[in-house]
Amino acid sequence: MTDEITRKSWMSLLAKAPAASLEKLWVATGLSPDYGWLRAPEIGATMVRARMGGTGAPFNLGEMTVTRCSLQIDGGAVGHGYVQGRDKAKATTAALVDALMQGEMAQSLQAAVIEPLMAEMTAAKTDRAAKAAATKVDFFTMARGED
Amino acid sequence: MYVAVKGGERAINNAHAWLAEERRGDTDVAELSIAQIREQLSLAVNRVMAEGSLYDPDLAALAIKQSRGDLIEAIFLIRAYRTTLPRFGASEPVDTAAMACDRRVSATFKDAPGGQVLGPTFDYTHRLLDFALAAEGEETVAPKGEPREEPTPHITEFLNQEGLIQTEVESDEVPGDLTREPLELPSTRPLRLQALTRGDEGFVLSMAYSTQRGYARNHAFVGELRIGKVPVEMEIPELGFSIEIGEVELTECETVNQFQGSKTEPPQFTRGYGLVFGQTERKAISMALVDRALRWKELGEDNLGAPAQDEEFVLYHSDNIQATGFLEHIKLPHYVDFQSELELIRKLRREADARNAAPVREAAE
Repeated sequence: MTDEITRKSWMSLLAKAPAASLEKLWVATGLSPDYGWLRAPEIGATMVRARMGGTGAPFNLGEMTVTRCSLQIDGGAVGHGYVQGRDKAKATTAALVDALMQGEMAQSLQAAVIEPLMAEMTAAKTDRAAKAAATKVDFFTMARGED
Repeated sequence: MYVAVKGGERAINNAHAWLAEERRGDTDVAELSIAQIREQLSLAVNRVMAEGSLYDPDLAALAIKQSRGDLIEAIFLIRAYRTTLPRFGASEPVDTAAMACDRRVSATFKDAPGGQVLGPTFDYTHRLLDFALAAEGEETVAPKGEPREEPTPHITEFLNQEGLIQTEVESDEVPGDLTREPLELPSTRPLRLQALTRGDEGFVLSMAYSTQRGYARNHAFVGELRIGKVPVEMEIPELGFSIEIGEVELTECETVNQFQGSKTEPPQFTRGYGLVFGQTERKAISMALVDRALRWKELGEDNLGAPAQDEEFVLYHSDNIQATGFLEHIKLPHYVDFQSELELIRKLRREADARNAAPVREAAE
């Protein structure tokens, strides 16, 4: 039994997912719905903002590349793809998954694409956190010279 | 002065062909791939992303390959490319307190929650050349510990609880953007931070070093230095809500500076802030020191006339693309300019010679 996830979470996941993994999982579903473009894939930039001192007023840090597109499955839902980097194929797949996740395919796609991606990305993150943890300093006090 | 002159086309084409051949080097040696540069020269890639002001590791790696490893040339290529991109919008401010930290150290608190996490650092290496790397390197596997799941809190927040450090007041003011409007003086702190984070590492480092050596000394401690990834969230107009559109690796440095108090502020600690794309800690620490030095006016400190306090000096000289553009243009043809200079010198010389030929009479008058 899988928990239902929000559109915000699956789109966020698709944006950050490794392109090769997404492609592999998508191809494995065997799905190839017909669709029409509402906005063909385009590469652009987003200005990344941050806060002064981490918590203060915003400032512009620099841009990052983003690819976006919008499509409509024939007789179905509208899907949007917003993904990091310059990858029109990935944006297209993300938009297709987004469209299908809004319909009756949601559960099977969640199991076939979303959850494996989530597992892969969580494992990669945990792996880095484990390596970081191994470099944490354990302080100990040397014997003092008083006695 | 520039005058259109014909000619040189063949020479230029041949020069560029030779450049391509030299870039490739000895063809008996395997060609570098973009992925190799991205994975194995990642700190160069990070510098190009930070100063090119565009987060895209593959593009930065391509620029490094194209520029034969000349990083300022690579940054130039990235800056030129980014001007061709449509702007989809601006992100929500990233939350660095939620960073998945690869590294997190504090020079002020030994036992801070989250601890001292060294990460993949050059610190404590002996700086001896490792000849094992010249041979076929074997893969090293990093040991693992128990991964921390909760976010690592910012260290300055502990000082904040006691009211001992100046607070950063949160706001949602839209910051000015150097890439859209030309810099005007006096500037604001958001614009200064944007200029510093994309500024030349060498320049910002030297400015920071000058404050340590006594030019507007402000006694900085590294309250915290952290490196890791944060998600980038942006509101999507067609959806009406925000999603994460990616994640970026950042280096953040917060300095804690001694402050005696002034006419307007009580004695307390003050802050300098550095935040830079990628694993770029030398730059982030430098940025924090220069940020703090430039804040003298708002803190009611004296202007000591130090270079790092002079925002016009710092901001107008921190950008290596502006600097190299102006500097390197002087090697391009200035034949007409120089012709007139030549004429002028000849004329002055004739006049001087004429005066020297008849000095006695003039002196007698």
